[in-house]
Amino acid sequence: MDDHETSRRTFLQAAAAGLGLGAVITVAPAQATPKEMEDAVRKVVGQASVSKGRVKLELPPLSENGNTVPLTVSVESPMTPADHVRAIHVFTELNPQPDVVSFRFGPRAGHARVSTRIRLANTQTVTAIGELSDGSFWSASAAVVVTLAACLEDA
Amino acid sequence: MANALVNVPARARRGEIIEIKTLISHPMETGYRRTQLGARVPRDIIRLFVCTYNGTEVFRAELHPAIAANPFFVFSTVATESGSLAFQWTGDNGFSATETAPITVE
Repeated sequence: MDDHETSRRTFLQAAAAGLGLGAVITVAPAQATPKEMEDAVRKVVGQASVSKGRVKLELPPLSENGNTVPLTVSVESPMTPADHVRAIHVFTELNPQPDVVSFRFGPRAGHARVSTRIRLANTQTVTAIGELSDGSFWSASAAVVVTLAACLEDA
Repeated sequence: MANALVNVPARARRGEIIEIKTLISHPMETGYRRTQLGARVPRDIIRLFVCTYNGTEVFRAELHPAIAANPFFVFSTVATESGSLAFQWTGDNGFSATETAPITVE
């Protein structure tokens, strides 16, 4: 009888421990958080401040397939040797990694405008940061609702 | 091996801003997917794309896993002189592909 009680208690304790472990595993998400995105942005801009505006970020408000979402980003600029866009960086909040792509231009580019296709692992906000030749940084954000998430399917 | 497509106008006026489209076949494996047995699929992406115009770099893109499979880019450059545009993609596992396109500027 005593033996039976003990084994039942050990079993319950083991079960509780197992449940706890399971909970720990499920709360660690495989995605970047807005904080990580902020760090990634900091790594690019350094100590400079980022102002809203001048950058135009075009994304569909609703995307059926997160594996390929069309993105167009542009910055208004005369693109002369004295005043041009040096780079445009794109970041996401909730992908496994906050960086998406960095484009680098010179005055030879003519326009600071690029289109590509990106992956989105979640419904989230995408941010683009434009780096100008005078050292200033400008940003724009766009929210996208994703119905089929990228990165999650089995290979 | 890799199948690259580039679209560059064959002729342009001097000083005109031309649009360039590039597409390359590549799986862009993110490194975050797992097989049904739980094994992580190793990352295999293109990390860098560079476009040079008669040897001068005009556009560069640094890619991360969040670029969709078969990377596609549309960008522009100023048609300055006749010659050729060279495109180079480099990535994981020694991936490298190049493509060139001629242009006549008048």
